[in-house]
Amino acid sequence: MKRETKDKAGFTRRAVLIGTAQLGIFSAIGARLYNLQVSQHGKYATMAKANSISERLTAPRRGLITDRFGTILAGNQQHWRASFMQGLARDPQAVLANFQRLVPLTDEEKARIQADLADRPGYIPVVLKDYLDWPDMAALEVNAPDLPGVIVEVGTSRTYPFGPSLAHAIGYVARPSQREAKNDPALVLPGMRIGRGGVELADDLALRGAPGFVQSETNVRGQVVRVVARDSGTPGQTVMTTLDSGMQALAVQRLGTNTGAAVVLDATNGEILTMASTPSFDPSLFDKGVPAATWREWMTDPQHPLENKATSGLFAPGSTFKPTVALAALKAGTLTPDTILTCPGFLKLGDHIFWCDNHTAHGSITVTTALQVSCDVFFYKTALRTGIDAISQMAAKLGLGTALQTDVPHVATGLVPSHEWAKSRGVHWVEGDTVVQGIGQGYTMLTPISLATAAARIATGRAVDPHIIKRVGDAPQTGFDPSGGAALLDIDEQHLKVVHQGMFEVVNTPAGTAYTARLTLPGVQMAGKTGTAQVHNDNAAESVRNYNDNSMPWAMRPNALFIAFAPVDQPRYAAAVVVEHGLWGGQSAAPIARDLMTYALTHSSNAQDSNIKDMPTGTQISEADVPS
Amino acid sequence: MNTLDNSLRRPFHNRSFGLMRKFLAINWLFVLCVCLLAGVGYTALYSAAGGSGEPYANDQIYRFAGALVMMFVIAMIDIRVIAKVSWVAYACGVLLLLMVMKFGHVGLGAKRWMTIGGMEIQPSELMKLFLAMAIASYFHRASYERVGNVLFLLPAALAILVPVGLILKEPNLGTAVITGLIGSTVMLGAGVRWWKFALILAVVAAAAPILYHHLHDYQRQRIITFLNPGADPLGAGYNIIQSKIALGSGGLTGQGYLHGTQNQLNFLPEKQTDFVFTIIAEEFGFIGSVAVLALLFSIVALALYTAISCSHQYGRLLALGIAANFFLYCFVNLSMVMGLIPVGGVPLPLISYGGSALTAVMLGFGVLMSVHVHRDVEFPSGDL
Repeated sequence: MKRETKDKAGFTRRAVLIGTAQLGIFSAIGARLYNLQVSQHGKYATMAKANSISERLTAPRRGLITDRFGTILAGNQQHWRASFMQGLARDPQAVLANFQRLVPLTDEEKARIQADLADRPGYIPVVLKDYLDWPDMAALEVNAPDLPGVIVEVGTSRTYPFGPSLAHAIGYVARPSQREAKNDPALVLPGMRIGRGGVELADDLALRGAPGFVQSETNVRGQVVRVVARDSGTPGQTVMTTLDSGMQALAVQRLGTNTGAAVVLDATNGEILTMASTPSFDPSLFDKGVPAATWREWMTDPQHPLENKATSGLFAPGSTFKPTVALAALKAGTLTPDTILTCPGFLKLGDHIFWCDNHTAHGSITVTTALQVSCDVFFYKTALRTGIDAISQMAAKLGLGTALQTDVPHVATGLVPSHEWAKSRGVHWVEGDTVVQGIGQGYTMLTPISLATAAARIATGRAVDPHIIKRVGDAPQTGFDPSGGAALLDIDEQHLKVVHQGMFEVVNTPAGTAYTARLTLPGVQMAGKTGTAQVHNDNAAESVRNYNDNSMPWAMRPNALFIAFAPVDQPRYAAAVVVEHGLWGGQSAAPIARDLMTYALTHSSNAQDSNIKDMPTGTQISEADVPS
Repeated sequence: MNTLDNSLRRPFHNRSFGLMRKFLAINWLFVLCVCLLAGVGYTALYSAAGGSGEPYANDQIYRFAGALVMMFVIAMIDIRVIAKVSWVAYACGVLLLLMVMKFGHVGLGAKRWMTIGGMEIQPSELMKLFLAMAIASYFHRASYERVGNVLFLLPAALAILVPVGLILKEPNLGTAVITGLIGSTVMLGAGVRWWKFALILAVVAAAAPILYHHLHDYQRQRIITFLNPGADPLGAGYNIIQSKIALGSGGLTGQGYLHGTQNQLNFLPEKQTDFVFTIIAEEFGFIGSVAVLALLFSIVALALYTAISCSHQYGRLLALGIAANFFLYCFVNLSMVMGLIPVGGVPLPLISYGGSALTAVMLGFGVLMSVHVHRDVEFPSGDL
């Protein structure tokens, strides 16, 4: 018994010691827990968040583009897209391989994806495939566990309800290039597009908006469990253009299969109502990626569908340049409204004979009649008297051959030659060059938009600037006065009247070159000037035959041009129409301008803000005054 | 002596009446603590399944109910009978360890498991209890004088080293160390001098570099990872980092039940088994984890109380061994979860999902309760 007591006492002592040691160890564990859970809570809470919360930036909705009445010209359409957050995958290449087994990718796409993966941070998704169809979606959904970091989401693509008819004016969007993306990190976001050409380019920054973000909770496999926070960013602003989509459609329809351009301006303030160029292209193709075959087709097409002929097509203005020459001569004093010059059907200068149009002898006529019947000899002589420097100065005043102040991108400057220009280019200027300058041939090359601008400036005498944007968001476009208060051009009122009269007679008298294209609206007249510009130098035989007819190969036929404004006594609209190789301005270009003017003057929405209702009756001219 | 004690001193008289008394003599506070822990386990496993009884929580609670019945049955067995079969159990344990080496199947890179009668068992788990029984029975007969005799200690040391060596061979470093420590604790309780353990510890420390040389690659990897978990965050160090994040993000009061992101979003590997504590810590915070720590320690303390209150050496030593087993389970698991010691497949007893460890622990508790019920039985050292 004694031994047992001794045993027991010794055991108890040791058991208590062991128990104390164990309690000590538990306390140490508790202390460590306190350290981890309370003292270092902040650090680990952050790490837990970083574990589970992934944030990615999302592209904002691109702003809409509307016409002047709010009709949508460029909108957005939703589609399904697969993107990849490589930060969520342990082995991005393996995920990519799994993805390719489900959704085949072309070699081009693979190369692009690899390039994107290489230079993008983990929080910016890389687009794997746009425009997923249902079988693709189903395959991705079922195999989601093998695809950590792959997100199937709604993407937007650009749509153009008017398709090709507004492609040049509105432009198009495309994926930013690698170089552009380097300059602006927001551009690398999936679905982010950059404007190329037209309004899309002109107001690209306003249309883009600011990116948003999606914070989502992802599990250990990178699958999204739920969305924690979402900020859709700032959508791009709506850009209202000055265009009239109805008139634009009419212009495209009337140009038809011709190669050409038509521009209609509000002559009082320079707003572009129509800017058409044919043939055109499908602007939505650029968003998705233009198929190689289509691209080749565009590049080899002799009608150059991608070129906006209204702004970058350079044409010899032909006789549409004559009002400019007349104004220059009137200003220089080398011509008065009453000056009479004789046209024998040709002008002989040295050894060279310059024929009048159609070899017609117009007789002794004034400037008004010369414009009406489009006498070349009259303007040969006037140009010789006035000189090209005075002509080019007047042209610049009217917006011809000079840089226009405009918000339309990529407008070609064109050329109206001067001695200074000839000297700088090493051109040996001869008198013959001045002669053809009088009828808008030779070196002179102008864009349809500048011709329309000139028509508007001749009509109003004011320095109106063509522009296509009316409002960005809620702010009116700056730099242009919508109320018609543009500065006067410092052109004598009387001189303008003379030219107006000539242009009136072109359209409204039987002898005028565009009489067949006169307006049929009661009490409203259009003024205009035809142009028929040779595009190739006739050989001697051709000159004798006045070889301008359908028997010529298409590419050798003269371009048909027409500039116009209406109503003649209180100009509201100005237009320029070019039909490439359309033979006669009065025959193919003027009727299109007439139809556009008719639309402009009668279309209720336009008529509303015009004062067409109380428009005075047009100037009448008696048959007796028309020279024979 | 009261009537209860009298009846227990004559266990073979009035047997049916004695069974009832025995049942009432079970330490019910201890049973309550065990049930509370099982409840904590159910709560954690329910959360591990994302707020569902399937597939872990319900399964585990049924197993626990079965194991509880087993515990009560074993508690009724006379401790002297258990003492008599100690060496038989030990021999069976060693045999099972040998069998698992030959026939066992591989799980997680080690041959630890075998199936007996449709039950998955880990012989090493059973061996820890059988070893404590055998050593306790060895020292039951020994006087304090004999304990001081080094030659007398040698058979006991050998009895410890045989299973430790076999478990190391499986390989299962964690359980081998625990087994050795249990045997040592029982010997310490029997009165073996402290300095002898200090000596052994010194020898082991000196041998550590040689031992490291013989470790398996994965064991070395664990040690390297433990020393620098950030070196390969998505590889071997992943478990430790994610586990620490889970603990740390719990804060003082936790992220709320079923709202721990680490747990609910599956960042925790093996969270329902070895890392189950992180669920509690993340969702109930420091307060919750300390409460669980207190509950775990109260079981250790109650087992030690049984040991101290026992009148015979066998019961004392066995209870001490079982307390040590439970304590070491908790210590190794919690240290592992907190990144204090290298990761090893040691579950948190009564809370982790899994049948084998639960069965082994409850078997030990059954024996412990038998000690408690029979703490005052006539069991002089000469009886064996």
